[in-house]
Amino acid sequence: MLRLYATVAAGGFRRYATYRVATLAGLFTNTVFGFVFSYTYIALWAERPQLGGYSMADALAYVWIGQALITVCGMMGGGFEAELIERIRTGDIAVDLYRPADLQGWWCAANAGRAAYQLLGRGAVPLVIGAFAFRFTLPAGPAGWAAFLLAVALGSLVSFALWYLVAMSAFWLLDGQGVVQVAWLAGLFFSGMLLPLNVFPGALGEFARALPWAALLQVPADVYLGRYGDGPGLLRAYGFQLGWLAVLLAAGRAAQAAATRKVVVQGG
Amino acid sequence: MDELLTAAPAEGTAGGARTEEAYRPAADALRTYRMVAALWIRSTMTYRASFALTLASSFCVTFFDFVVILLMFGQVRGLGGFSFAEVAFLYGTTGTAFGIADLTLGSLQRMGRRIRDGSLDVFLLRPAPLLAQVAADAFALRRLGRVLQGLMVLVWSLVLLRDEVAWSWGRALMVPWTVVCGAVIFMAVMVLGASALFWLQDAAEVTNSFTYGGNTLLQYPPTVFAQDLVKGVVFVVPLAFVNWLPALYVLGRPAPPGVPSWAAFASPLVALVCCGAAGLAWRAGVRSYRSTGS
Amino acid sequence: MSCEPLIVLDGIEKTFTVRRKAGPFRREKREVRAVDGISFTVDRGEMVGYIGPNGAGKSTTVKMLTGILTPSGGRLRVAGIDPARDRTRLARRIGVVFGQRTTLWWDLPLRDSYRLVHRMYRIPDDRYRENLARCVDLLDLGDLLDVPVRQLSLGQRMRGDIAAALLHDPEVLYLDEPTIGLDVVSKSRVRAFLRELNAERGTTVLLTTHDLTDIEQLCSRVMVIDHGRLVYDGGLPGLHAAGDGERTLVVDLARAFPPIDSVPGARFVRAEGPRQYLAFPASASAAPLVAAVAEAYPLVDLSVREPDIESVIAKMYGGAPGGTHEERRESLM
Repeated sequence: MLRLYATVAAGGFRRYATYRVATLAGLFTNTVFGFVFSYTYIALWAERPQLGGYSMADALAYVWIGQALITVCGMMGGGFEAELIERIRTGDIAVDLYRPADLQGWWCAANAGRAAYQLLGRGAVPLVIGAFAFRFTLPAGPAGWAAFLLAVALGSLVSFALWYLVAMSAFWLLDGQGVVQVAWLAGLFFSGMLLPLNVFPGALGEFARALPWAALLQVPADVYLGRYGDGPGLLRAYGFQLGWLAVLLAAGRAAQAAATRKVVVQGG
Repeated sequence: MDELLTAAPAEGTAGGARTEEAYRPAADALRTYRMVAALWIRSTMTYRASFALTLASSFCVTFFDFVVILLMFGQVRGLGGFSFAEVAFLYGTTGTAFGIADLTLGSLQRMGRRIRDGSLDVFLLRPAPLLAQVAADAFALRRLGRVLQGLMVLVWSLVLLRDEVAWSWGRALMVPWTVVCGAVIFMAVMVLGASALFWLQDAAEVTNSFTYGGNTLLQYPPTVFAQDLVKGVVFVVPLAFVNWLPALYVLGRPAPPGVPSWAAFASPLVALVCCGAAGLAWRAGVRSYRSTGS
Repeated sequence: MSCEPLIVLDGIEKTFTVRRKAGPFRREKREVRAVDGISFTVDRGEMVGYIGPNGAGKSTTVKMLTGILTPSGGRLRVAGIDPARDRTRLARRIGVVFGQRTTLWWDLPLRDSYRLVHRMYRIPDDRYRENLARCVDLLDLGDLLDVPVRQLSLGQRMRGDIAAALLHDPEVLYLDEPTIGLDVVSKSRVRAFLRELNAERGTTVLLTTHDLTDIEQLCSRVMVIDHGRLVYDGGLPGLHAAGDGERTLVVDLARAFPPIDSVPGARFVRAEGPRQYLAFPASASAAPLVAAVAEAYPLVDLSVREPDIESVIAKMYGGAPGGTHEERRESLM
């Protein structure tokens, strides 16, 4: 079974690896946005040093981490949900449901492959470019990088669980676009993609940092910046991500079970 | 002759009405665009509730963009020496201009896929200008949300600025004029981007960095950015003419260093040149497509 | 009107530059002649089959005839118009149906697509109403007009597409694989409609297909293209004679029998359990054969398989299907 999922993941990786021009185009876009955001953050932090507890170097690192993880942790769309929704809409999903592999597991593996490719193909380069253009904070040694990568992996999984749940709604709603739009909006805003969540004022900040979207970018970025320290603090960060991962995966599974019953009853 | 037909953009801006002969294609393009768009609007309106929802969400997407600026100004009094009202003015002008361009030509984003799967051939079979057909196809009225949001911020900023700016007729007229020229420049950039897809079908995202990226850039004062970057968007990719240069004039601020002060009034000219370039690129793209068939 | 035939091709060529990967970083440029000097004429009111193996240059020719592609050489006229130069003017006078791609607006109901065609082609109102009513009637589209195209079945969509291509009274109709993937009923309905269209309106039809039955039932003239060259232009019987085409009678018997070799005019090919395959000349009728088999064996089911274009052409040239064609296909990708 594990071998199967590994094959599926490898397939996901290869599938995206064939679009080289698209990867380059994406890199270019990420870099452009990285520069635009960097300058606005510089202006902001020049006015208010230590805003949100970040130094300017931290804030700049945050910008480029955001650009690097945009497709990996699905802040602006999970990258697979459109295809899944299309399969549900056309009824092709019935074929998937009768496969020996679990639907959620199958898509999760494929998405993991995609995310791995995006991390290598689209994540690393903007980070390097940004580091050359602006002197931003780097993690403390190899252990810091490892801790960051683990947080990214968990963030990517939470993103999958979130978007899977969103896609499941297409079983009930004829036009899934509304839900996708709302999820997209919430992701964009509450992931901290536009502005770090610890810059959000008061209760709004508290609220945003407790939502699952915080696990996509804010937590990995804070792990990168070493703000959780090491040991217990770091475990709390992972715990936060794992907690949401478990809840969202379970919700997705429940939705999937209900949907399967529905498909079986209605015959597709 | 035929290529001229396809080269006239939906708005009939490129080339303009130079002669009797050149006029007809533009009118034909406009007519095609109106016809196809009207049909799509009617079809959207059959699901009113769904339309209202997507319109609202399109409004919100752009609104969140603005919330970021609000949040920033919750922490600081000025950004790059610009007050909140001034930044809102920049936001409103570029947001509205980009919204109008996105509303009219947003469907061009599908071009890459159309070329890849060959469905562009179908458009070439019809007796109507290609660009107008592609641009109007799947016309999405919900993109109006972006225009409305931009206009709202613009009006708000004008209310805040009523005492801050020494208003004159020239300055007042400059505001709508800026939005119109800005929209045309964005449209030209979109057509240029779509033309590039005839050669590089997977590179659609590059266009985004000039359109969406440009829009984000122009929301902030030019003083925030490195001088080289500002010079780049004045002299290389002339996005600065969308709102920065005319807005600096309206706000009574000096032009960026190295940029002549009359540049504030050059937006229409720049828009025209951009349209010309876009028209040529589109023509070349269509010609290349028709000779390679790929 | 000049006395020139409706469609004239004179030494038409089309070469593509193909870039191929020749190693991890090197790319090879190569010229491929997809259409290599084709000349023919088609008169008004003719119904012509245009056939050939995949990648032979069929669709490239059709694309040049419609003005989508610009020829690299030669002279081309359709209704006196040069398609490459006057594509939009030509568009009003031709109709095109792609079997595998719809020309309708995917998300809109059929009715809206037709309305758009009405306005875009500037069809006079009364002509439009009359033509639409006729197509709706003959192609049985009445119940489908308010269904979005994406919800139509392949056969329904094809009928919808054919109607859309005919609303503006085109002088020429190009059909690219119009019956591909259709069920038997849809196929015969489409064929009957095309026959009537040609007989009543005198519409010239150029048809590319893989299905020899399409040709047999519709066309009096066939052109075969292979490797970008016209290799046959004439009647269907001549093609069969040239290709020595054989049809196959497939019989399902109640149980397995020894090979049927006693039926005159048929040749045993192979058996799969109770199912046996008998070959007989394409020009002969299947009826006496069936009668002879039914008389001697307990017959459960039977079908007749037409020779496909590929095997006919392959036989014409004594080569097996595939082989060189296969290569050709790759080089054109």
